[in-house]
Amino acid sequence: MPPRKKTDIAIKMEEVGMDIDGELDSGHEDEVRWRDRNRKVKLSPRAGGRNGKQATSEEEEEEEDEAQSKRAHKKKAKVQDSEEEDEEEEDEAQRKRAYKKKAKVQDSEEEDEEEEKSVKRKGPKAAGRNKKAVKQVSEEESEEEERGKKRKGRKSTIKNQKEGQNKEKKSDAKGKSDAKGKGVKDKGNEKDKKKKNAKYSSSSSSGESGDEDSLSEGEIAAQKEEVEEKKKLIATLRNKPWRMKRRLKLLKECQAFVEKFEGALGKGKGRKLYAYKVIIAKKMIKFNRDFDNFKTACIPWERKIKEVESHFGSSVASYFIFLRWMYGLNLVLFGFMFGLVVLPEVMMGLPYGSIPRKTVPRAQQAKAMDYSVLLDFGGYCKYSVLFYGYYNDERTIGLLQFRLPLSYLLVGVGIFGYSLMVVIRTMARNSDEGGDGGDDGQFTFTFKMFTSWDYLIGNPETADNKYASITTSFKESIVDEQENQKDENIHLRRFLRVLANLFILCSLGGSGFLIYFVVKRSQDFAKLDQNTLSWYEKNEVEVVMSLLGLVCPPLFETIAELEEYHPRIALKWQLGRIFALFLGNLYTFLFALFDDVNEKLEQEKYIKNATIWGLKEYYANYSTFHNTTDIPPPEIPPADVIRGPCWETDVGIEFVKLTVSDIQVTYLTILIGDFVRAVIVRFLNYCWCWDLEAGFPSYGEFDISGNVLGLIFNQGMIWMGAFYAPGLVGLNVLRLLSSMYYQCWAVMSCNVPHERVFKASKSNNFYMGLLLLVLFLSLLPVVYTIMTLPPSSDCGPFSGRAQMYDVVMETIEKDLPAFIGNIFTYATNPGLIIPAVLLMVLAIYYLNATSKNYQNANLELKRKMQMARDEEKNRRNNKESTNQVMHDLVGLLPNRSLIPPPAEEAPPPDNMSEKGSKFPKVAKRPGAVKVKGVNLQKDVSLAAPNSREAVTRPPGPRGPPGNARGPPPGPGRGRGRGAPPPRC
Amino acid sequence: MGTTASQLRKDLLSEYQELTFLTKQEIILAHKRFSELLSKEDRNIPTPRVPMEKVLSLPELKSNPFRKRICHVFSTSDMKDGSLTFEDFLDLLSAFSDSATLEIKSHYAFRIFDFDDDGTLDGGDLEKLVNCLTGETDDTRLTTEEMRQLISNILEESDIDKDGTVNLSEFQHVISRSPDFVSSFKIVL
Repeated sequence: MPPRKKTDIAIKMEEVGMDIDGELDSGHEDEVRWRDRNRKVKLSPRAGGRNGKQATSEEEEEEEDEAQSKRAHKKKAKVQDSEEEDEEEEDEAQRKRAYKKKAKVQDSEEEDEEEEKSVKRKGPKAAGRNKKAVKQVSEEESEEEERGKKRKGRKSTIKNQKEGQNKEKKSDAKGKSDAKGKGVKDKGNEKDKKKKNAKYSSSSSSGESGDEDSLSEGEIAAQKEEVEEKKKLIATLRNKPWRMKRRLKLLKECQAFVEKFEGALGKGKGRKLYAYKVIIAKKMIKFNRDFDNFKTACIPWERKIKEVESHFGSSVASYFIFLRWMYGLNLVLFGFMFGLVVLPEVMMGLPYGSIPRKTVPRAQQAKAMDYSVLLDFGGYCKYSVLFYGYYNDERTIGLLQFRLPLSYLLVGVGIFGYSLMVVIRTMARNSDEGGDGGDDGQFTFTFKMFTSWDYLIGNPETADNKYASITTSFKESIVDEQENQKDENIHLRRFLRVLANLFILCSLGGSGFLIYFVVKRSQDFAKLDQNTLSWYEKNEVEVVMSLLGLVCPPLFETIAELEEYHPRIALKWQLGRIFALFLGNLYTFLFALFDDVNEKLEQEKYIKNATIWGLKEYYANYSTFHNTTDIPPPEIPPADVIRGPCWETDVGIEFVKLTVSDIQVTYLTILIGDFVRAVIVRFLNYCWCWDLEAGFPSYGEFDISGNVLGLIFNQGMIWMGAFYAPGLVGLNVLRLLSSMYYQCWAVMSCNVPHERVFKASKSNNFYMGLLLLVLFLSLLPVVYTIMTLPPSSDCGPFSGRAQMYDVVMETIEKDLPAFIGNIFTYATNPGLIIPAVLLMVLAIYYLNATSKNYQNANLELKRKMQMARDEEKNRRNNKESTNQVMHDLVGLLPNRSLIPPPAEEAPPPDNMSEKGSKFPKVAKRPGAVKVKGVNLQKDVSLAAPNSREAVTRPPGPRGPPGNARGPPPGPGRGRGRGAPPPRC
Repeated sequence: MGTTASQLRKDLLSEYQELTFLTKQEIILAHKRFSELLSKEDRNIPTPRVPMEKVLSLPELKSNPFRKRICHVFSTSDMKDGSLTFEDFLDLLSAFSDSATLEIKSHYAFRIFDFDDDGTLDGGDLEKLVNCLTGETDDTRLTTEEMRQLISNILEESDIDKDGTVNLSEFQHVISRSPDFVSSFKIVL
């Protein structure tokens, strides 16, 4: 007998299970096994709990009864369900019996958990066998939570099953859930329970559906639960890998059941409420589904992207999906901007030419409509709704009393808020999906084997490329494995890497300096007469920035050749460097711009003073001339009014120009770098000295990372510029729309699939992370200007106010009831803000600590798995002594149940002797095998009584009940593996 | 074949939505594509089957090295000829759809890779799998030595119980760790 802390009953059950195993060779092993496990799950907790106590004979009897009848039942089941179809799973089941037997000789506690796990894992498959199993699975799932409570209920469940076996499925299920319901309700009332169970099961199996009024409360609860269960089953049905026909049948049955019994539930008032709830729930489901359908119908370019996918695999398509996502985001931003700012101003604000800020100055009027001026966003463009300066500072406009300045500020800030929310939500959702991906090195070959094919590929050419790339990667990794860690000159490599980074730093610094220099120079140019400047001098900044963006990435790539990183790591480095470049450029540009803005502020102050001085003079002159104090304001046409430089509009224009030049450069690059190249390669190939298609220029590949980064930075500029140029968002929407079609066309017509096919997968969140970073970085300057810089005094919605955010104060004071103002004052009190910030910091700290804990737990688990695997290897390769030591080590670890138990993995000796398997260890332990064999024989013939007899060992020497995890004290038949070390 | 979409009964449509990971549009599209594959005389049979050759002619499957396996796995035909009914076809699309769970995807992936249908991936299966992945041409094929090495490496990594084969749970264990399995195990009509 196993000298473990298992109780006699557990042991007995085990043996019964085993004898069933021995008995059945074919047919419904899976189911049998399942039942077996199920029973064990049921028993073992109890077995664990009663450690050290003698089992009462009554209970034993019960168990035996159950076991026996179960066996009978199983045999029946075998005959019954022979029409089942999944043969291959059955084969698997056969093969797996080995594990099961092994599992049996494990500690019951470990078993308990592990069995539960494996039951769940195999659940769907076993469920495929017959309907009853289905229910057991779902029961299993729900039981997980309240297993302890329901142990009793479960037992009777199985009894009910037996009773109801020949009856209708429904009534059977009912009995089950009855029992379960009881289990939940009467958990304190152990004795009554059995009786009640019996009662309920009998009542339910007699088919009581007619008289619902006579249902007791418990039955209703049970029925409710049953209905819920069915609903759950309906909801999860699609997750089961069965044939459609079976699912359809099951679905219909479930639906019919729910239909039938749903209305009957509830009582009196409760009934109506329940019915109401049910109807609402149904409508909700339908509505949700319709809504989902609607949503998917709204997603544009599905076919276009699919076409790209089938030609280039998922990686290139991921760029287009990202582009589409960006388009959606910008559409929403555009909706805000247009609906709440631009449209009200156009509809209700003063018309063009009514006030100075809405009029082109006299000096510029002659050229205001010139194409070149408009192209620089001067002239009429500058004095239009597209830019900040056009908006009036009236507190309310139109009949609706629309508060435009307030709306302008809130939309400007709200754009950031919304974008942040969306980006973070998307990131969170992305990180939910996909495995942990942490153990990269562990499964290199397996991943290459099982997951390298991209099923989206539908183009033979791409498929050929893919074959080639997979072959290469196989070969590479084989070579890698063979000469693993063969270090050549590490010093040279290190030196080269440092050198490469030095180069890159130099070029980054150089580009930053260049931009600063150019922006400074452009400010000097701006002071000169516009007519004497050439086109280049006017657009120097944009040209230089675009050129840098064009030249630097390939340069970096060339430098990166020195480093000899793995392509994936190289890609990350490359991305990081390009990111740094763009960021550096953008921020240099911003700083230069701030210099400019400060200068303009000075200038504005001067002009303001001059204006005031002029006005005063005008008043003085007027009063002396007319000799009156009643002075009318000076009548100057709006075009002639002296006005300040309006730095906000200038900043806006800079951003719009930058965006436009970015668009131009991108499109031209595609046109020249891809299209013209492709045309040349295609048509000049006939009359060229070498093969152009295979040789040097070849066709372009789609540069995913570069394109994504370009998109991200473009978005950063939009975020920054949107506050100063509301039209920028609209422009960006147009850009994204056109580039979707343009790039789709370009990629399909002139690019070739990648030779090395990277997969999209993880990089998705990487891009999102970059986007978030850019969003944050573009948030900074805008918020800085809103909070600190004074707005221009004669243009824009905030003119005349000391700070932009004064609009909010104004609204609170004038439009909202006084108490809200009070609340606001309190809320902005540092006494409240500081604790709030503190609280947040604490929360962050706490969450951080928890996540670290989880990480540690994860690592621990991983290590344990690793250990279990290593042990496995050892056991296979080496002698037993080592593995015994290892085993004891594992046994001493806490949380033992979390390790995949070695028993499941270990090749069971007894089993091997039967099957004659290939493991060499069999021969070593003939004694154990023999004993086992004998025992088995006995069990087959005299299942229960014999096993009871076998329990002769008193539970005493098994050690204290708490220390259930120690190594076995005596020679273990159950382990079947060498003599365990004696315990002291 | 614009009218065929309406042939799909409404209640059936909603049931299919309940049972698959597909949306209404996708089911309708699937039905349309399926009806296009049917020959004239088949259309009057209550549950028509499309022979495997026709299914394989779909552009989505045409260049897939596992196309025959996919048909065999999803076929409910008694003759084992890989022919598909509409429901089988939906099963296929559902398993390969975007929103299918990892569990179901890995289950079917396992069955697709299990070339001899014996419930485990043994050496023979893996060899066939490698040959599928490296293409039919000789220049991309691996040598016998490489193949042996590769398969032993794979078994070393993923065969946890060391019985020389990869079974479903081992397979799912490995696959669940893969970052890009879910995103690449997709077929969209």
